[in-house]
Amino acid sequence: MDQIRNLHKRFKHLSHDEETLRKEDFDEISDLTPNPIRSQIIDAFFDKRNFGGNEVGRVQEIGFREFLTVMSHFRPLRQNLTEEGIERIRREKLRFLFNMHDKDSDGTITLDEYRSVVEELLSSSAAIEIETATAIADAAMLEVASVTVGEMAPGQVYEGITFEHFLEVIKALILKLHTLNIVSVTGSSTTTLHEPSTLMLHS
Amino acid sequence: MPSPRRALPAPGAVVDPRRSGYLLVVSVVVLGCCLLPLGAASTPNKTPQPGAPKEQNGSPGHGGSHASNYTKKLFPVLSFDYGHVKPPFVIFLWILLASLMKLGFHLIPRLSSIVPESCLLIVVGLLMGGIFKLVGETPPILRSDLFFLYLLPPIILDAGYFLPIRPFTENLGTILIFAVVGTLWNSFFIGGLLYGVCQIEGTLSTVGLLPCLLFGAIISAVDPVAVLAVFEEIHINELLHILVFGESLLNDAVTVVLYHLFEEYAGAGAVTVTDVFLGIVSFLVVALGGVMVGAIYGVLSAFTSRFTAHTRVIEPLFVFVYSYLAYLSAEVFHLSGIMALIACGAVMRPYVEANISHKSHTTIKYFLKMWSSVSETLIFIFLGVSTVAGDHKWNWTFVVTTIILCMVARVLGVISLTYLINKFRIVKLTTKDQFIIAYGGLRGAIAFSLGYLLDTDHFPMRKMFLTAIITVIFFTVFVQGMTIRPLVDLLAVKKKQETKRSINEEIHTQFLDHLLTGIEDICGHYGHHHWKDKLNRFNKKYVKKCLIAGERSKEPQLIAFYHKMEMKQAIELVESGGGVKVPSAMPSTVSMQNIQPKKPPPERALPQISKGREEEIRKILRNNLQKTRQRLQSYNRHTLVVDPYEDGWNEILLKRKKMIELEKKISQMSNYLTVPAPPPDSPTIARARLASDPQAWSIKPAANADTVPSIKVDLASPQSPDSVSTLDEFSRRQQQQQEEEEGGLMMKPPSAAREEQEDGKEQQRLQRCLSDPGPAGTEEEEDEPFLP
Repeated sequence: MDQIRNLHKRFKHLSHDEETLRKEDFDEISDLTPNPIRSQIIDAFFDKRNFGGNEVGRVQEIGFREFLTVMSHFRPLRQNLTEEGIERIRREKLRFLFNMHDKDSDGTITLDEYRSVVEELLSSSAAIEIETATAIADAAMLEVASVTVGEMAPGQVYEGITFEHFLEVIKALILKLHTLNIVSVTGSSTTTLHEPSTLMLHS
Repeated sequence: MPSPRRALPAPGAVVDPRRSGYLLVVSVVVLGCCLLPLGAASTPNKTPQPGAPKEQNGSPGHGGSHASNYTKKLFPVLSFDYGHVKPPFVIFLWILLASLMKLGFHLIPRLSSIVPESCLLIVVGLLMGGIFKLVGETPPILRSDLFFLYLLPPIILDAGYFLPIRPFTENLGTILIFAVVGTLWNSFFIGGLLYGVCQIEGTLSTVGLLPCLLFGAIISAVDPVAVLAVFEEIHINELLHILVFGESLLNDAVTVVLYHLFEEYAGAGAVTVTDVFLGIVSFLVVALGGVMVGAIYGVLSAFTSRFTAHTRVIEPLFVFVYSYLAYLSAEVFHLSGIMALIACGAVMRPYVEANISHKSHTTIKYFLKMWSSVSETLIFIFLGVSTVAGDHKWNWTFVVTTIILCMVARVLGVISLTYLINKFRIVKLTTKDQFIIAYGGLRGAIAFSLGYLLDTDHFPMRKMFLTAIITVIFFTVFVQGMTIRPLVDLLAVKKKQETKRSINEEIHTQFLDHLLTGIEDICGHYGHHHWKDKLNRFNKKYVKKCLIAGERSKEPQLIAFYHKMEMKQAIELVESGGGVKVPSAMPSTVSMQNIQPKKPPPERALPQISKGREEEIRKILRNNLQKTRQRLQSYNRHTLVVDPYEDGWNEILLKRKKMIELEKKISQMSNYLTVPAPPPDSPTIARARLASDPQAWSIKPAANADTVPSIKVDLASPQSPDSVSTLDEFSRRQQQQQEEEEGGLMMKPPSAAREEQEDGKEQQRLQRCLSDPGPAGTEEEEDEPFLP
């Protein structure tokens, strides 16, 4: 519960003691400025797909419940989970990652979206040529297609990376996903966040 | 002269590897026997020059003594003066023996899969020692200065330079705890209990507490050489490998401090609290000092490499010299030389690799591997020889207790430390992991050398110690070394994954890093990612500018990775015979056109290359080929020699030209585009289209491919020594060329304006492109032939 209290405090601090958080509030975080993908991170907080329900779309402002839900994607794995439980949590985290790439919420990452991902990643360095970014994105896409789909006739078109394909390609990074968590919010010992459902009751 | 009983096979026939293996072993034995008389000449208590000439008037030029009254003798046509070259001769005979043994083991097929190489080498050493003894000579012992100054550094440098930084830093906490706390625990446990046993046992009661503790310190350190030798063969997963190996490297500081501490005070007989406190301070100084010394030399080396653009030949030398100096400097101050060496290699690597040429990179890699391999072989052989040579004092209680205590201490230490560490780790260590870590704690030659250094006056039980040390080494290397492989298979421990690092992984790893940093910032929590990000930014902003030459300093990591990948693919393409075969990196089933977003085909006429333009292109190509030929005439020992590949390259180009013309004809006949590629067609698309199935060739869009994948690799220019520069392609957007090739390596016909500029670089481009198929994609296989 400590964690939640700390997060609540942080929420209050960011929103200047208001009930809801807006995009402009995020812009004020100075540490976030040099981050190349900051706009995508911020957008993730306002993306309805990450709120645990099945809605799609964007909101303009979020309350503490939504803030917490998004943050709960980063909780560490509890020890006493079953194999299924672990798998489920892993999928959730990957889903979050996928949603960040899939901006138009159509369920697939198209070539253009992927290209923009690479461009954003490289946007922090000064001398960047758009064409190289395109080249990299194309090569990556090609690889995903060849890994997941295999044979394709010349006439076929690969629509985009679906979530399942994404899972397949990223499985090498699965171990790294375990680091997709924050150990503690204010530097104290590790505590685990509870399931979002129980959180809803408390907040 | 023993000869094989079977007749040698006819030269044209395929030589049976087993036969050649036996042949080799036999010849090596013969060679070994040759070592004896020559080596015998080295023993000081024999007559000074046993095989030396009976010449009265020495060989000319060696300053032979002239008799005071010069009597004229017959001019010596042929003379024999062995003593003159003896020391290096013997050394190199030993090295030759070691290398031939290594060869021999791999030719005998079943042997190398059952027994790890280190065991075999020790056995060979034992045999050699036995032969020496039989002949009555005193065999050479592994002298400590020889070991620490010459044999150990190459191995450590090899390990440090190629240390995988990411897993190392991620697990640094764990590694440090194992190294420091684990080693301390081991030494005190073993030393203390051994003292107790010695007190109980009547014959050993003369052994004091401090010598026991010293012995504990020596024997408890996990040895990097032995760990490397065994773990490399079992291909265990990266995490376990880095944990055990990292521990073996970092415990050097602890060992050094404990050793000196106990050695100093063993004479005095007691250790006060002040001494303990000083010991702790000394540990920090030794460890951090070593790292700092290494880092300083690493930065110096990186800085030097920034200016080597015009003297590529000596680039590898800087790496080696600076590293060795780092090691020696650390040893001067009794700091941890191993940590200095690791720090030096790890610090200088990213910057040096960005600066040096591709060839130098390959040179460094192969030289390091070669030296470390030879060193390792020699160490194990000498261990065997020293066992036979040294005089031992065998004490059953002592030795058996030592072995048992070592194992018990290690197991207890690993279990308790893991319990502690798992509270803080994200990826917990399982029981299987713990077992492997405990079992992989091998002792090796460092322990032996440290024991050898002991002063006999202060330590009258030195011989007993040495015997025990050797027994423990044998036990760990033979028993644990041989059984670890079947155990790994039995326990189904995860093995190393041989996947190549893909571009997707790279993209997503970077994305994750930034994401986690961002989330941490939002939470206001300054965690591990935040600091890592800060360090990266500092690195990019200041350090890279200083240490990397020219343009490369601004290159983001993703692009560098991509270029490296492209380079590898291009080299693979050339190796596979000029694009006739499809490179494995790009499976032929999916081509880029499948990925393009569907767009209605535009109603545009296919732009054709005018005949005049074609002719111009052809002429330019031809000219450049000829110019290159001419340029190969001059020869200078200090420039890198042109490969015989050069000629083959020209043929490939001519072939390609013909293919281009053929395609043009085909494309003009078919006026169909499958998918219109959007105008800035990335080089990947073009290349992918060509590299994929041959079917794609006939429906290539004609002549609108304005992007020519070209890899410009400049040898001499400081600008981009190693990178794939895509600058060329996009400046040529206007120029329509049907120059899509199967692969990346191609000589681009320069436009008229740039022709002069290009010419100067043609030759080097060709040189660079061709001469190094070495590291293409086969990073792991050091055994493969260097040039196919």
